[in-house]
Amino acid sequence: MKRPVLIWLPALFGLLLCGLFYAGLRNPDDHIIPSTLVGKPLPEFDTPAALPGRGGVASADFTDGKPRLLNVFASWCVPCVQEVGVLARLRERGVDITGIAIHDSTTEVADFLARNGDPYGAIGLDNEGRTQVAFGSTGVPETFVIDGTGRILYQHIGVVTDADIPKLLDLMREGR
Amino acid sequence: MIAETGLCALWLAASLALAQLVLGLLSLVPERATYRVMIPRVAIAQALLASLAFACLLAVFVTSDMSVLLVAANSHSAKPMIYKIAGTWGNHEGSMLLWVTILALAGASIALFERRLREDTRAATLAAQAAIAIGFYAFLLIASNPFARIAGVSDGQGLNPLLQDPGLAFHPPTLYAGYVGMSAAFSFAVGALLTRDVGPAFARAMRPWILGAWIFLTIGITAGSYWAYYTLGWGGWWFWDPVENASLMPWLAATALLHSVTVLANRDALRAWTIMLSVLAFSMSMVGTFLVRSGILTSVHSFAVDPERGIFILALLAIYIVGALTLFGLRIGSVSEGKRFDIASREAALVANNLLLCIVLVVVMAGTLYPLFLEALAGTKISVGAPYFNTVAGPVAIILLVLLAAGPLLRWRRDDPRQLLDRLAMPVLVAAATVLALVLLGGDIGALPMLGLVTAALVIAASLAPLWKRNLRRTPLFTWGMVVAHVGCGVSLAGMASDSAFTQENLVAMAPGETRDIGPFRVTLEGLREVPGPNYVALEAVLSSRRGDEAPEEMLPQLRQFSDPPMQTTQAAIKTYWNGQLYLVLGDQSEGGRWVVRMWWKPFVTLIWLGGAMIAFGGGLSLLGRVRRKQPARAAHLPPLAAPAPGPVGQPA
Amino acid sequence: MRRLLMALVALLLATPLGAQDLAEVSLPDPRQEAEAVALMDTIRCVVCQGQPISGSNAGLAADMRRIIRERIAAGETPEQVRAWLVERYGDWVSLQPRASTTTAPLWLLPLLALAGGAWIASRRLRRRAR
Repeated sequence: MKRPVLIWLPALFGLLLCGLFYAGLRNPDDHIIPSTLVGKPLPEFDTPAALPGRGGVASADFTDGKPRLLNVFASWCVPCVQEVGVLARLRERGVDITGIAIHDSTTEVADFLARNGDPYGAIGLDNEGRTQVAFGSTGVPETFVIDGTGRILYQHIGVVTDADIPKLLDLMREGR
Repeated sequence: MIAETGLCALWLAASLALAQLVLGLLSLVPERATYRVMIPRVAIAQALLASLAFACLLAVFVTSDMSVLLVAANSHSAKPMIYKIAGTWGNHEGSMLLWVTILALAGASIALFERRLREDTRAATLAAQAAIAIGFYAFLLIASNPFARIAGVSDGQGLNPLLQDPGLAFHPPTLYAGYVGMSAAFSFAVGALLTRDVGPAFARAMRPWILGAWIFLTIGITAGSYWAYYTLGWGGWWFWDPVENASLMPWLAATALLHSVTVLANRDALRAWTIMLSVLAFSMSMVGTFLVRSGILTSVHSFAVDPERGIFILALLAIYIVGALTLFGLRIGSVSEGKRFDIASREAALVANNLLLCIVLVVVMAGTLYPLFLEALAGTKISVGAPYFNTVAGPVAIILLVLLAAGPLLRWRRDDPRQLLDRLAMPVLVAAATVLALVLLGGDIGALPMLGLVTAALVIAASLAPLWKRNLRRTPLFTWGMVVAHVGCGVSLAGMASDSAFTQENLVAMAPGETRDIGPFRVTLEGLREVPGPNYVALEAVLSSRRGDEAPEEMLPQLRQFSDPPMQTTQAAIKTYWNGQLYLVLGDQSEGGRWVVRMWWKPFVTLIWLGGAMIAFGGGLSLLGRVRRKQPARAAHLPPLAAPAPGPVGQPA
Repeated sequence: MRRLLMALVALLLATPLGAQDLAEVSLPDPRQEAEAVALMDTIRCVVCQGQPISGSNAGLAADMRRIIRERIAAGETPEQVRAWLVERYGDWVSLQPRASTTTAPLWLLPLLALAGGAWIASRRLRRRAR
């Protein structure tokens, strides 16, 4: 009648389950869904200009041999205010920053830049989140490093801070 | 002052639980058997003190005492009274206090009313119950004191608007009562293992607890499903969300246990398996509490989560589950197997029922936990959702329900398969007629919904068969209970299949004065208006729906803007007809000034919850039948096995 | 003249029926709409708590619904659209796990449990029937 192995199986299973839960608790889900396009050519997109007199943004603009930062932002995004200052310092060091404003309007963007400074070259307006989804981005702000051949080198999720500047500069150099 | 009284009562209750455990364990030694007398009294005192603590927390919530941290963080003085009361358990600390209070009350009622068990088994059971309680008292007192004070708060932060619903007053306490009832079954199992007293008498003592817990779980899940259905505003009633699965897993285990304990009580078979299932059912309740409270899995329904506290619940979970399973491993070898039965017998059908329920449980568990496993082990992120659960658990559930149709028509011990076919002839005819009707009605409805509707017809017809040619007034109450619950399964399945087969959806943008069609209805947007609520402002759409030549009905879906905390919710307008529900939701304003209105016509969707209610009601009938039958059986001193089995055709085999 | 101008402006501003916001409004073709909704039910909203995009109020979920309806209307199959989204967000975005060696346990575990359970039950039955 005795089948010792079988009898201890449930206890073993219970232990394994607890171990799994412990591992799960120690490594809580960061809720970050990175874009799987990193390392691949940037997707096809074409956005109209957010501001009159400045160009819109399209994928063809990124294949001219110059590496660029693509910053996804919005005038209604509170942390973006803080980030604009850091982007301005990057621009001072010669980084070309292209902006994509998500769910925004010409007046709001103009107002936002007037208040917080303007580190951008071209700014595209993406009112239906098309470019955002095309990049596999999940929110604002997000920053992509794109090399001279139009390949996505890196995705930075969340606010870019001064601490991130050296890493971004390195990537820009790499992308040349 | 009230808060301090509550905290004091909680400490005292905890120390009494410790005394209950120590006394219970000591009384297992034959020389100290006299200690047993004390244990029920301690258990009752502990329950009184825990109830006092809970009453104190209720009092500070009702009076909006903002000097208590928990009230300040979760309540608001402007909140309607019902949500102040329900807010007591709408947060982590309060819900844990409710948990332990129900647990203590369950212990007290075992102490007061349980007379069928051997005295030493009862003492061991109460000791196990105390061991569980101590863990939760420690959790409350060390890691989540509900009575902590805070200074300088003028008013609270309010309750999540999604929770400001009558559902909150109802749903968590019923689920908790179910979880705690499972803990009683677990304690019985541990007690019986400790005293090696696994047999029909033990099963009969345990059965009302399992039935009661199972009824509460059924009500809790059914009510929770309907709550989500009308609150979330997208017409869905089950999302295979981790928190939903966390409540479904104990229910599946409890359902299996309910059936296996019947075999043990009536036929003295499946001894070890029943013990295993009681441990499993409680483990699933603990896993459920852990998943909901730790926030380890993201869910639409998780509120008030805290990973730090998750560690504490996990420690409790590990101690109880691994402890009980170790005890199981040590002792189960000395539990004999019990009586024999044939492959064509009610016992065998119930074994198959248990097996299939466990398979569904494995599917739900695998789907819920595998993404967690993969992320912890490989760092890979995947999602497992409705498509997996529906395609894998769906067919197993259909087989289970076909079995459910046949099982009650089998006799205990051994039966003639040919006779079973005779008994099933009528239900099969009904099912065939359903197929014909569906095909004639021009049903292009998909394979699984079709199969679901046919199975539902089979289940309903076959479940009524035990009543066929029988004196209905002399049919025992628990047979009625079984019939009602099984018919309820068929009814619920019919609702689910009907919802996925026939639901019509139309998402539109309308300007005032415009009309759109949904199913048999014409819906006109008459206008919009602002309506003040007790603690929100609502934008209300005035819609009129008209079916054929009937008089138009006014439907008023709302968008509600809350200020404490700031949040927007949707309130669907739902109109129930005998053959379905019209479900209208107001969305945002779209370009061009039109308003988005989401419209659904859901034929027979209400059967889902009606079936759930029938299942719970059937459980209630059975419970009543068991409790009422208990007295004469005891007076006559019948040997356990002479108890008449509830045979399908009236007489025992 | 002025009135005519106003009317013209109003006409220009009003959204034509064909250009309704597909994030919130059904496609005119019921078959395509059913396909699109069935797909949306299995795409996970990337900013929510585990809901599918078909049941989420989040802006990004609405953007994805719009993209899905447009692509389905343009003749893509639901699986092509799913692949397009998975290419961007990874397997996480699909609530329907892809059959692969990493996800094999999802299907093997229930089968294993069935086989094990049936084995134990049948051994007991035979022993009892003797």
